[in-house]
Amino acid sequence: MLKAELNYSPCFEPVQPDKLGSFLDRLSELATQGFQPLAFWGTDERLIYALMGKTGELELLCTPFPENLHYPSLTPLFPAFQIFERELYEEYGIVPINHPWLKSVRHPLGGSVKIADYPFLKSASKLIHEVGVGPVHAGVIEPGHFRFLMQGEIVEHLEIQLGYQHRNLLKMLTTGPLAEKMPLAESIAGDTVIAHGTAYCRLVESLAESSPQASDIRALLLEMERVAMHLSTLSALAGDVAYIMGQNLYAALRTTVINSTLSICGSRFGKRALSPGGVNYPLNKTLIDTLKAKMQKCAGQIESTSEAMFACTSLLSRFDDTGKISREEALRFGFTGISAKASGIAVDARADFPIWDYPGFTVQTESSGDVYARAYLRYKEIMQSLIIIQKLLDQIDPSAPILAPVKELTPDKIAISIVEGARGRIVHIARSKDEHSALWYRVIDPSLVNWQALSMAVAGEQVSDFPLCNKSFDLSYCGSDL
Amino acid sequence: MLHLLKARLKHGYQAIPDPLTVGIDPAFPGLPELARDADLTLLNELCPTQAFTPQGLDLGRCIFCGLCSRKYPEMITFTPNYKMAADSREKLIMAPGQTALPKIDFILPRKFRYSFALRSVSAAGCNACEMELGASNNVNFDISRYGVETVASPRHADGLILTGPISRNMADALAETWQAIPEPKYLILCGACALSGGLFAESEASDRAFLKHWQACLYIPGCPAHPLSIISAIVSIMKGS
Repeated sequence: MLKAELNYSPCFEPVQPDKLGSFLDRLSELATQGFQPLAFWGTDERLIYALMGKTGELELLCTPFPENLHYPSLTPLFPAFQIFERELYEEYGIVPINHPWLKSVRHPLGGSVKIADYPFLKSASKLIHEVGVGPVHAGVIEPGHFRFLMQGEIVEHLEIQLGYQHRNLLKMLTTGPLAEKMPLAESIAGDTVIAHGTAYCRLVESLAESSPQASDIRALLLEMERVAMHLSTLSALAGDVAYIMGQNLYAALRTTVINSTLSICGSRFGKRALSPGGVNYPLNKTLIDTLKAKMQKCAGQIESTSEAMFACTSLLSRFDDTGKISREEALRFGFTGISAKASGIAVDARADFPIWDYPGFTVQTESSGDVYARAYLRYKEIMQSLIIIQKLLDQIDPSAPILAPVKELTPDKIAISIVEGARGRIVHIARSKDEHSALWYRVIDPSLVNWQALSMAVAGEQVSDFPLCNKSFDLSYCGSDL
Repeated sequence: MLHLLKARLKHGYQAIPDPLTVGIDPAFPGLPELARDADLTLLNELCPTQAFTPQGLDLGRCIFCGLCSRKYPEMITFTPNYKMAADSREKLIMAPGQTALPKIDFILPRKFRYSFALRSVSAAGCNACEMELGASNNVNFDISRYGVETVASPRHADGLILTGPISRNMADALAETWQAIPEPKYLILCGACALSGGLFAESEASDRAFLKHWQACLYIPGCPAHPLSIISAIVSIMKGS
């Protein structure tokens, strides 16, 4: 058991494999104690790993591949394992017996099922009709397929098929020197550059036993990314219910925020900014002052825009009670980020596994678990992040060094890094092979577990509320397809 | 209502008056300039996408990560010129000493001068290019002022704008969408991944056969392409540059 403290990205000797029986017993025991599976995956060493975590505590365990590649599924008792067991099945052919929904996830090269032959749930009832949407959507968004089983206008069941974005990214992270994979880490999800980038940097630094410079600039960029992403979601949510003023005002505010990120590093998404060892571009006094004034002005504008939007009754009648996820469901399925916090669960890596000091940080939550909760929570998180941003801008020392050289990796170590991105908890975990490269590298984007929440939220809703529900979660396709 | 008026007044006028000439933050890495004596082999050793060819820097491959310009500022600088696009892949190579890209000769037929409808297809794009494409039509950049719109159905489109390296799993959907667009139709590639495969050029999960069959008329570099780059490029083939 590892206990989290500040600066948390542990690096340790590889764990010893347990026998399958005691591995599964321990997982059940931990799950019963309130631990969630943060990651659960197989590797080419023919080991199944499980990373279990709850506030401030982590446990990593592993077991050899079971004989005959069968084992009793954990999902029936602990549904949070469902997507992880499907990945394990797809990647290594290990069958979790009695898994209720054993289907492929990403359709990688050489997989048993081609993406066009995916076995959707069918209904024999004459009352049910099917609606298929995607992978090419009406808007400018990433590809994914949504298959609805409908009774009239009501969604009986939604099955989400992903994998269209699969780029073989995890394998690419282990090919060649790990410390040179910054651009690849930035492309895990191009809208979550800083969060994934920071997780990658921390992991490399941890494996190399180096300590990075300019953590406060990283923290600043991360909070700015959160503000920008939440603004983007609020803009789209307003657009989905034809509240055009909100759509435009939030979009313009997002422009201001991401243009500020550009003024730091040259990219509106924070690409180029980070590097193992620190950051690539310093902040001078003039820029700090400009950013402070801009973010201050933004805060006022976001406040007035949100006051207007959340007082608009026609908008609220669409948001309220739509797409509900109960606290119970969110806990059972191990949802993370906005999807969990909007259902009243105070889970946030900034509090649970802090890599930086956020004095007085409290996790923002909402309790109703509907579209309204997920929207309003985003507003609350934006305002909280803007306060953190001002504090960081006050403390950044323009003359401090920004980049420390990163040493070679320590061979045969495992490192974990956890970062709270705009969508929730991002987990990177890797085992070093030699001084340069990784034996395996695993990335868990919060979207991977949260897509199930969207399926559950739209069940029983009108299909016309689907875009609204979808946007309220605002999940990443490439982040889960990798 | 009063809340709304207050919010609206606080915002003022948000649209960029002229996106074709507006200045950009000098931190923006746009069109690169290579010194005449730049050592292209040395630069290529650093480059994550091997964008340096013996002729110069291939903007189709460049992801503007800045590794080269930070290490060898005397050999290469990225100017804040966002007008970067070409009507062929070959024209995207910036040779040492070169300060501008060749003029875009391709011009759409006259009937598209004031109206050009595009269908966007993301084929394993990381959502950065997709978001920039979306931003091109937001209240600030407002590409629709030039008669450019992104339409929901390929049947309503005059062309297809592609983002992403084209994953194997998206190859069929891309081909089908292209097929559904009525003639005459035009293909635009947006961002390093679409242009060359970018970081994923060598990925086993990429399948770029589509581009062997179909010729694009416009190539917009960037990682991601900036909305101002996208707008100036598209407008230049509608109205001439």
